[in-house]
Amino acid sequence: MKKSPVSMTINGQPVEELVEPRTLLIHFLREQLNLTGAHIGCETSHCGACTIDLDGKSVKSCTIFTLQAEGAHIRTIEGMAAADGTLHALQEAFREKHGLQCGYCTPGMILRAWRLLQENPDPTDAEIRFGIAGNLCRCTGYQNIVAAIKHAAILMAGAQQKEAAE
Amino acid sequence: MISGSFAFYRPHTIAEAVAMLATHGDAARLVAGGHSLIPMMKLRMAMPDHLIDVGGIADLKGIKRDGSDWLIGALTTQAELIADQALAAGLPVLRETALQIADPQVRNCGTLGGNIANGDPGNDMPAVMLCLNARFEVTGPGGKRSIPARGFYHGAYVTSLAQDEIVTAVRIAALPPGSAAAYEKLKRKVGDYATAAAAVALGLQDGKINFCSIALTNLAPTPLWAEAAGQALIGRAPGAESFALAGRLAEEITDPSSDARGPAAYRTKMGGVMVRRALARAALAAKT
Ligand SMILES: Cc1cc2nc3c(=O)[nH]c(=O)nc-3n(C[C@H](O)[C@H](O)[C@H](O)COP(=O)(O)OP(=O)(O)OC[C@H]3O[C@@H](n4cnc5c(N)ncnc54)[C@H](O)[C@@H]3O)c2cc1C
Ligand code: FES
Ligand code: FES
Repeated sequence: MKKSPVSMTINGQPVEELVEPRTLLIHFLREQLNLTGAHIGCETSHCGACTIDLDGKSVKSCTIFTLQAEGAHIRTIEGMAAADGTLHALQEAFREKHGLQCGYCTPGMILRAWRLLQENPDPTDAEIRFGIAGNLCRCTGYQNIVAAIKHAAILMAGAQQKEAAE
Repeated sequence: MISGSFAFYRPHTIAEAVAMLATHGDAARLVAGGHSLIPMMKLRMAMPDHLIDVGGIADLKGIKRDGSDWLIGALTTQAELIADQALAAGLPVLRETALQIADPQVRNCGTLGGNIANGDPGNDMPAVMLCLNARFEVTGPGGKRSIPARGFYHGAYVTSLAQDEIVTAVRIAALPPGSAAAYEKLKRKVGDYATAAAAVALGLQDGKINFCSIALTNLAPTPLWAEAAGQALIGRAPGAESFALAGRLAEEITDPSSDARGPAAYRTKMGGVMVRRALARAALAAKT
């Protein structure tokens, strides 16, 4: 099938490429753009390892054709740390609280948690669990992921207060 | 898992999309949220040559009132149904049902129109539509028509929608005063389709049930409107005895398959339990 042009903004960078219409967004990110942070866990829309942020919403990039994302603003795990390598508060908190073991689910968990904290900066444990219900983890048993997200919420609120004071 | 090849289109108006469907006939499919269709395309259970993405059609969006009716655009996502405060106050059963569907990411993509047009007996919204006597507003090459939900579903993936028609909106009349609706779903885990689920609407007057409608999800090849079960409660007092009667009558019309969610007999029984629970909750809400 003839390739079609597609353009979008990924982690602040404009991207213009040609894709086959059947190219899934996760394959476009990983194979064409070499952004291999978002993972393919199931490819059946269940595990959430492929979660990215698309126009302000968490989505499973294995269940979207690239052409459906024409013009979109996308954020992936590659866009979380600062340019100088300083980890994002969520990444710091996942490390601090042992929110990962094998790390396979982590890019999706962090992107989902980031959007959750944008919408609800001070979530309860129950709200976190409901909010990450679309992200599976085979290792941690979720306890430490919930703890990491709570910790990140505190770090992020602190950073905001500091910014406001300055 | 990679789907078959197709040509991709992104129309901006309903008329354009209808014209594309008419041009390409059976080889064309609409895609809205894609969260039923894309999984099927990956499995090659669906192999359209022409994929028409309705995601860019502004006229399919929005939750409005038309008189006392609710008019909900087909492209409204499950997440948007959950977030809409007017809808949560006026017709909370839609929010309640949307919250039972899949997970946050899926709800950000999946649309009401896709959920009702899909025709999968596991979809949750169709039973709610049968229960509330909704109408589906549809546009085709010949113009517009309005199809009652009761009569729309003919078999698994077989509906009254013609190949070249688009569902543009769902119309639901406001519930009469003194009534309330509820949806109860039994599922094995987050993201699972129903083992059995029931949508009910119930009205009370002078301590007696004066209106009752019951519908079932995933207990037959189509969603089911349990008309007799609802009718049987008219004039009765709300309570365990009435609700058990409705549950038994609802069980009689089910025809579930035995699958990973359990044997048919179990799923039927759970259908009855969901009816009882939903009625009890609706009766409580109708009173207050
Ligand atoms: C992991 C997972 C779990 C899920 N769990 C549930 C669940 O528990 N309950 C549930 O109900 N659903 C569930 N779903 C399905 C989900 O709700 C779908 O999003 C929904 O069924 C279809 O909506 P869509 O917008 O994604 O439609 P699409 O996948 O885009 O389309 C589905 C079908 O409807 C047609 N269509 C779409 N829009 C229109 C329109 N406007 N007019 C005419 N035809 C149209 C398409 O051509 C296609 O045939 C789940 C999905 C996933 C991936
Ligand atoms: S890879 Fe997308 S949900 Fe599992
Ligand atoms: S850390 Fe291994 S899957 Fe989550």
